[in-house]
Amino acid sequence: MTSKTLYDKLWDAHVVRTNEDGTALLYIDRHLVHEVTSPQAFEGLRIAGRKPWRTDAALAVPDHNVPTTDRSTGIEGITDPIARIQVETLDKNCIDFGITEFGMTDKRQGIVHVIGPEQGATLPGMTVVCGDSHTSTHGAFAALAFGIGTSEVEHVLATQCLIQKKSKNMLVRVDGQLGSGVTAKDVVLAIIGRIGTAGGTGYAIEFGGDAIRSLSVEGRMTLCNMAIEAGARAGMVAVDEKTIEYVKGRPYAPTGNVWDKAKKEWEKLHSDDNAVFDKTIVLNGAEIEPQVTWGTSPEMVSGINASIPDPDNESDPVKSDSMKRALEYMGLTANTPISEIKIDKVFIGSCTNSRIEDLRAAAEVAKGNKVAGNVKLAMVVPGSGLVKEQAEQEGLDKIFVKAGFEWREPGCSMCLAMNADRLEAGERCASTSNRNFEGRQGQGGRTHLVSPAMAAAAAIKGHFADVRELGE
Amino acid sequence: MDKFEIHKGLVVPLDRANVDTDAIIPKQFLKSIKRSGFGPNLFDDWRYLDTGEPGMDNSNRPVNTDFVLNHDRYKGGSILIARDNFGCGSSREHAPWALLDYGFKVIIAPSFADIFFNNCFKNGILPIVLSEKEVDDLFKSVDATEGYALTIDLPSQTVTKPDHSTISFEVDEFRKHCLVNGLDDIGLTLQHVDDIRKYEAKRKESAPWLFASHT
Repeated sequence: MTSKTLYDKLWDAHVVRTNEDGTALLYIDRHLVHEVTSPQAFEGLRIAGRKPWRTDAALAVPDHNVPTTDRSTGIEGITDPIARIQVETLDKNCIDFGITEFGMTDKRQGIVHVIGPEQGATLPGMTVVCGDSHTSTHGAFAALAFGIGTSEVEHVLATQCLIQKKSKNMLVRVDGQLGSGVTAKDVVLAIIGRIGTAGGTGYAIEFGGDAIRSLSVEGRMTLCNMAIEAGARAGMVAVDEKTIEYVKGRPYAPTGNVWDKAKKEWEKLHSDDNAVFDKTIVLNGAEIEPQVTWGTSPEMVSGINASIPDPDNESDPVKSDSMKRALEYMGLTANTPISEIKIDKVFIGSCTNSRIEDLRAAAEVAKGNKVAGNVKLAMVVPGSGLVKEQAEQEGLDKIFVKAGFEWREPGCSMCLAMNADRLEAGERCASTSNRNFEGRQGQGGRTHLVSPAMAAAAAIKGHFADVRELGE
Repeated sequence: MDKFEIHKGLVVPLDRANVDTDAIIPKQFLKSIKRSGFGPNLFDDWRYLDTGEPGMDNSNRPVNTDFVLNHDRYKGGSILIARDNFGCGSSREHAPWALLDYGFKVIIAPSFADIFFNNCFKNGILPIVLSEKEVDDLFKSVDATEGYALTIDLPSQTVTKPDHSTISFEVDEFRKHCLVNGLDDIGLTLQHVDDIRKYEAKRKESAPWLFASHT
């Protein structure tokens, strides 16, 4: 038997048939659905007179458009009429087509990539898709998970399959151990800084090495979440005891004999010892510092103790031009120390960093401190109603509120600013989200991507600061 | 989906790398539940000086005269050229919908992001990968020649320049087949219903937890 990578194993287990040109019909086990990328797909089914192939494989939730303020009035509380129609449309489509939905007032509602794992709807060995590029998150469970467009959402609804071409295999190995105060977010930003935002294009990335094995399952979700920011549609981490422990007992997870059988299968979900990767990248975990992006692409990133690079030192003219444009948009000057950059707003949330461990890490920094006077708004948006509930049981909400943060209802919020949470032109934000593109958090808004602890540190100091030196 | 065979059109140069789908169509326009009508808001943040909102009368908005789509010489363009990693970021299919609605049928770049690349084919847009040098030459020619147009022949996989020189390009056989014939790939997949059912029956035996119902 030839040695296989984890990706090879996941791929092979889901091939329904191979076409003559090498593309495959791939079976999809879990289809997550949200309000923004699904209405046209459901409409397509209606027009063609088609029905969903398997309604039990789908799970829907509104997350992008929902307000993070008061939820007591339900859907009526969405003041933007166009956004309200989109959420209503999801409700209607789920009723019409018989798909389970966690509606806006359901305690289980939250960001689609948070609730899948939280419910155990994401299981090791699955293929997981969603009309959202951050579906790569679910690869943390040794699942083959990737984002798709709306036409493919319709394709999965109608056939439970997708026509796919196999990607190449890339191993990103992070050896050694991370220093204290260095998180999964810093690791993935450092990886993107190394390989670039197109470095993973055409590849499925497996993250391995001791530093990755040491990460919690939630940390691995943060890591895989941003595989797409490195250009890879899918990122994944092999199964270990932590994965299985995390899944156990969740509402959608198997039980009894089926659990035992599943567990046995899941334990095989790792690359074979002699598996061959088309490309291998190695980083030393001990060398990774807390990261801060300074530009308008996640690859424009530096350690907290560095300065903004100088475009004049970049030999590639296209890159140099991009850097200049980015610095102009960001209102920054080359060679400025990162720690001198002052911020206006702080956003802790998004499918990258809104799980309970993220909130704990931010709360630990916030505890007993106050948000700096120059920070107009610091908000914490939990990833789901259940994360919120857990955080409140632990008293994290009180720590945040006492320090001057706003404690909000779950949703995508200011990660992409489709709801009312956004930056005004020129405002600078320390954000735990995943994209620092121009206008992403609001037209003219300036985003710096950081970890939850680093975002909290920036909130307290009013500028970026090394979380490892806080309190010294 | 319209068939794509031969397309001749004016070339518009967007001289940027890493053009993301947030830039192609900003988030506020994603609230629409339709597939059409995104053209006037294509590259909204770059194209207009004010903040665009759904439902605005775009004809009265102040335009950014520096932006290439607002240059008279590029009006009516249907072939867009750009730098590396075009279409990165969000999976929103609203990006190809906006490009198509504006009138773009072909995008040429040295590289594309995977999801965007795939989404183009589902909507009758042909994304063409050419070498960095070939794309750079195109940028220079477009800049030097007003009315610079290319002819894209998908069946023969060639780009023909005004001087009749040609560049050939690669495209997956299946994607080419679907585009040339304007095929709906759901219909194609449904020709394999028996294979899908056979696969499911086998999987239900070996991995029953994947078929548990939770309502």
